Amino acid sequence: MAFRQDPFGELKVPLTWTAAVALIVCIVIAAAVLLSDRRETLEDKAYPKARQVVDVAASKANGVVAAPTRWAGDFFGAIGSYFFAASENRHLKKELLVEQGWHDRAIALQDENERLRAVLGVKTDPPIPMVTAHVVSDSRGPYANARLADVGSEKGVQIGFPVISERGLVGRVVGVTNGASRILLLTDVISRTPVMIDRTNARAILTGDGGPNPKLDYLRGRDPVKQGDRVLTSGDGGVIPRGLPVGRAVKGLDGAWRVVLDSDSQAIDWVRILKFTDYSQLVNQQALSTSTLPPVITEDPQARIVADQPAPKPADKPTPDADRPAKPADKPTPKPADKPADKPKPPAKPPVKPTTPAGAPQ
Amino acid sequence: MSFDTARPLNPWRWLGLPALLCVLAAMLFATPIRIFGQQLPEPVFPMICAFAWAVIRPSILAPIVLLLMGVLLDIFWGAPAGLWALSLLVAYAGALTVRNMMTGQSRPMMWAWYAGFSALAMLAGYFFTVMDARTPPSLIAVFWQFLATSLLYPFAHRLIDRFEDADVRFR
Repeated sequence: MAFRQDPFGELKVPLTWTAAVALIVCIVIAAAVLLSDRRETLEDKAYPKARQVVDVAASKANGVVAAPTRWAGDFFGAIGSYFFAASENRHLKKELLVEQGWHDRAIALQDENERLRAVLGVKTDPPIPMVTAHVVSDSRGPYANARLADVGSEKGVQIGFPVISERGLVGRVVGVTNGASRILLLTDVISRTPVMIDRTNARAILTGDGGPNPKLDYLRGRDPVKQGDRVLTSGDGGVIPRGLPVGRAVKGLDGAWRVVLDSDSQAIDWVRILKFTDYSQLVNQQALSTSTLPPVITEDPQARIVADQPAPKPADKPTPDADRPAKPADKPTPKPADKPADKPKPPAKPPVKPTTPAGAPQ
Repeated sequence: MSFDTARPLNPWRWLGLPALLCVLAAMLFATPIRIFGQQLPEPVFPMICAFAWAVIRPSILAPIVLLLMGVLLDIFWGAPAGLWALSLLVAYAGALTVRNMMTGQSRPMMWAWYAGFSALAMLAGYFFTVMDARTPPSLIAVFWQFLATSLLYPFAHRLIDRFEDADVRFR
């Protein structure tokens, strides 16, 4: 009998049942992975190594894999530009006429603003440093809206930094590794952004739901928003600076107020990541911590006692009245009359220069 | 006939290669471009595998590859890890359960079955997202992704056609 090389070669297991067991095990593993995920947190530790590795690999690979798609997009863009050039030119001329008026008004307002700031002594916020990044991938599904940018911790990017395009706010950084950053868009289901209505200063929370137009939740006041109102970041909470353009308010089909995002008007292939952590970075921390206080002058109590008492006459005997301080109200003595009359008075010390302030009794 | 062609159900050919192509297609469609002002759709390419593998035959490797592919896509898309893995496995389990009813039916009917299981995967994703994020996703966005995914059935049909009769035990 030949030696059987594979002792389990003849082992037969019921395939259907084994496949069912494998399926159940995989479902349990997937459920455990889903339950252990902490995507909604902004902690460094909540962005595990697996995501960092995939982000780095995807940022490199997607540039190559998606190259044909990008070329096709550029080709169709060129065709569109060619065929729509005339109508676009007319539209731009009209827009330019309107913008010219706004430009003159902006210069006048800027001048007035500077003068008023100078009168009031208002200090403006310093500019926030930023990093320009190329977006290499973009997920647009109902359950995840995120982008992958090709700069990361090597450029000083940190979790929580806001991200803007040339039109407005895009989202914020939720994951960073060397060479790649994951940007959570305003439209993601876990995105919450404090915003305000520019016209009424009313506050709201911009809540993503996976669709293109996130909702305005927690609006307060009577008629705080109208169709077409500008929506800006409010800066509440200190995560995102105040005044970044977000979009325009529209009434949704479901009756809720929604926002047409400024950043959604064109493809986001380049973004700027603001290196903004919170408002504490806007002041000079070093100057605050090294400020010099005025010198502290301490009083020598012994010198003060001596200085308050009149110098005794050498020939006079000490009397009870002599022990009484000259100004009891200034320095109360508990019971000056109880002191023994014959108790010798301490000899007068040479005058000590008091270190008390100038107004102190001498 | 060579020995290789006598064993056409090679795991690499019916599991590995389709999975790789699905991941590459997902990466391709994640390119941030617009064509005539419109974004690219985002279909769930692994749904092709989840349906076709269940129809071809029960397998031990198929759910494992689906799990890995789902987790990889979750991380690539920035979704909660395990969301699509679990949703795809739910659809795969459903298709595997009614496999005997589906086999041998016409192409339009199979397309309807495929659309049904795509809807099941979307429903599972919706349910898991509500539990995870405490916010219901936009039903319109869910519908668009379902529509884009349903249009991928011809690829699943090609995969089924090629390997359906490969294993005589599960014809």
